[in-house]
Amino acid sequence: MLRIFHNTKYDFIRWWRVAIGLTVAFIAIGVGSLAIKGVNYSIEFTGGTLKQLSFKTVTTPGQIRVAMDRAGFHDVEIQQFGSPRDFTVRFRGSEEVAAQSAGAEVVSKKVDSVLATAFGPSNVTVVRTEAISATVGNELRRNALIAILLSFAITLVYLAIRFEWRFGLAAVIATGHDVFTTVAFVKLMHLEVSLTVVAGLLTVLGYSLNDTIIIFDRVREDLRKGRKESLYDTLNRGINETLPRSILTHATTAAATLALLVFAGEVIRPFAWVMLFGIVTGTFSSVYIAGPVLLWIENKYPRKNAGPVWNTSSTATPTLRTKPSTATASP
Amino acid sequence: MSLKYRIAIILALIAASAWLLFPRTVTERVKRNGIFVSDTVRRVPLKRGLDLQGGMHLELAVDESKGAIADKSDAIERALKVVRTRIDQFGVSEPLVQKAGADRIIVELPGIDDPQRAMDVVQKSAFLQFEITDKTNALEKALPRLDAAVKGLASAARTGAPGAAPTAAAATTTDSTKNALQGLFAKDTTKKAASDSTKNDTTLAAGGPFSKLVQQGQMPGEYYVLQSDVPTLQRYLATPSVQGAIPPGKVIRWSNDTTSLGANTYRAMYVLDSRPIITGEYLTDAKPTQTPTEGTVVEFTLSNEGGRRFRNETSKHINDFMAIVLDSLVMGRPPVIQGAIGTRGQITLGGRDLQAAQDLALVLRAGALPVPLKIVDVVNIGPSLGADSIRASIRAGVIALGLVVIIMIGYYRFSGVLAVAGLAVYTLYTLAALAGFSATLTLPGLAGFVLSIGMAVDANVLIFERIREELDHGKSTRLSIDEGFRHALPAIVDSNVSAALTAAVLYQFGTGPVRGFAVTLLAGIAASMVTAIFVVRTFYIIWLSTHSDKKALSI
Repeated sequence: MLRIFHNTKYDFIRWWRVAIGLTVAFIAIGVGSLAIKGVNYSIEFTGGTLKQLSFKTVTTPGQIRVAMDRAGFHDVEIQQFGSPRDFTVRFRGSEEVAAQSAGAEVVSKKVDSVLATAFGPSNVTVVRTEAISATVGNELRRNALIAILLSFAITLVYLAIRFEWRFGLAAVIATGHDVFTTVAFVKLMHLEVSLTVVAGLLTVLGYSLNDTIIIFDRVREDLRKGRKESLYDTLNRGINETLPRSILTHATTAAATLALLVFAGEVIRPFAWVMLFGIVTGTFSSVYIAGPVLLWIENKYPRKNAGPVWNTSSTATPTLRTKPSTATASP
Repeated sequence: MSLKYRIAIILALIAASAWLLFPRTVTERVKRNGIFVSDTVRRVPLKRGLDLQGGMHLELAVDESKGAIADKSDAIERALKVVRTRIDQFGVSEPLVQKAGADRIIVELPGIDDPQRAMDVVQKSAFLQFEITDKTNALEKALPRLDAAVKGLASAARTGAPGAAPTAAAATTTDSTKNALQGLFAKDTTKKAASDSTKNDTTLAAGGPFSKLVQQGQMPGEYYVLQSDVPTLQRYLATPSVQGAIPPGKVIRWSNDTTSLGANTYRAMYVLDSRPIITGEYLTDAKPTQTPTEGTVVEFTLSNEGGRRFRNETSKHINDFMAIVLDSLVMGRPPVIQGAIGTRGQITLGGRDLQAAQDLALVLRAGALPVPLKIVDVVNIGPSLGADSIRASIRAGVIALGLVVIIMIGYYRFSGVLAVAGLAVYTLYTLAALAGFSATLTLPGLAGFVLSIGMAVDANVLIFERIREELDHGKSTRLSIDEGFRHALPAIVDSNVSAALTAAVLYQFGTGPVRGFAVTLLAGIAASMVTAIFVVRTFYIIWLSTHSDKKALSI
């Protein structure tokens, strides 16, 4: 039997101050940058026009910019997309978005003719067009926000039914933490906030909650056994007992996510990044946010007939009380 | 439950899945040599979204820029029927036309290669009416009032000037452009008079800012306007005071075409009786043809009742000119009515190509749009992009599957093999569920599927770890397996339900591609629970029935 992290007794919770310090700093940087520079929304949310172009001959972004400038499009974002012959061009200056209020296709139509005259119709192919009016953009943004808040509310209700409220609240706070860190990550990675990224965020939310639930489930079970130990120790026990499962599941999920990141192409890449980070933050928050928050709540509003909360039985070297028997293969 | 039933259920599910996914013959409309024909193809019945097969997604809303619409919801319902009829005739393989929200229409056209044409067909109002040109010289009589109204516009702008600076600026620009136009027109008339003196197109009245732009045409109610003056005149006509000066019971309409006289291009303007003698609602058929004399025409047929009315009306207007008005534009030159016309007639399109005539016939057959529509959202994906996406997703999926198989078998050995077998069943069930509910597979959906391969083994991992713990406690293999499954169950259910709830929210609030993602996730969650709890359990039961309880389980 191949075993990793079997029967470990790491004192995870001990490092909660450091962990929370780190995550608060990360969120502060990300959210601070967000407050200063604003959200990098995709066309879907801002309104505007996106064209994905594929050229037959090598073309530079400068050439595209010149052609667009001549046609009166001065506020244009040009990005290489995969190969040096593929580009995405975004038109979302206030003028362009305003022009689309008469009909979302207005800018797109003009750009098509500009491209055909500047580069020749056989040289350039428009492989993708997205033209969204500001009204639809606002609507999608509102819907995305509602979706995030609603999933929160629904999970809260579910946890309230399924768990005792202390656990539920701790799990929701941990999940809320993940939303913040993921948003910070998206900002720091300069990822565009699109519908797919929002879908990624919600998947992270579900995944992280899943992880917290598995640990709390174990803690709940251990509490029922009525050992004479503090909640602190029970929590550590639960985390250690579920550690092999955590490692295995995160490994398979990370493997699938990496496959997406590397092989599934440009469109999916932002989603894969969000998911990859989500695995990290989800694992982190299940241990270092959900755990300490539960302890804090328990300290403030203790359960009836509950044992001590914080005092730990750990000795001088509390991080590693027993050497774990790692990787012992069975015959 | 006995083993026999378990196996029977699994096999039945596998058979059902295989049946759902088995390539079947479907009838499709495909484009061949430029025309659409019905064709049968054999393929796996999984519906691909627009982002995977290429195509266009359009969202239409009521256009209220030219006046508010009272009952938008009702208007959109009626517009929906018209748009659906038009799209059905447009010839795309599996079009989708549906109402979205209270006042939107979504149109999805897979595999379309001329998005512009589709947008035109959908948006064209196609309101057809027949109106008699004015023969009472109503415009000439109203010219002094029209001139006064235009002058009033300019002076109103001027008097408004001290109050607001921007108005003043606007007034000056209008003024200067008008002067420039007048100068241009003055030069022009002299040139025209010299070159084309035989023609009966004299400037109607000297001096007036309105009358200066308009020249008498060749038939009653017809006037020519220099192409460069058309925007100015249209701007005048759009103002309420000029509108008020138009003779009652008359309406001013532009021609759809321009004519060249000498070196100049003119556009015809018609003054028509505002009461149409008949409208397009009586039209039963329309088809395009090409004639050697008139170029491309659309021949139409009226219903019996329409024909009766038409005959009646036209007999009253013998020797009058009848304008065929489509969406407020006069199509071609109004023909003279030589005798009573019955159920048949034609619309001349001039030099336009047959495609334009086909599209016009199509929209006429489908009927007029009850309200003007505007496009609020259009996404168009080329077919090559979709094919690339599918290829990339499949590659990512295969690699993800490979990695997961290595991890599971490497760590859990024989039990890992059972989990991998479960994963194969899982893949089959998920795809079958998608086919069975005819869910649409999108690019984010494919990504979600690849991701779910990694996540689906979680339930197995939970169970295996529990079994290991029970074995550590010294329990027998059989008991350990039973206890392992039993203890892992609450955690599996909890975590899957919470994930399913998030996916359901995504489904509710997401649009096309994201909705596809949510559907795949939901199907995956259901399938992974069934496989982990039921199918893999059965595998163990089979293994237990063939091995003695003393034998150590490879896990």
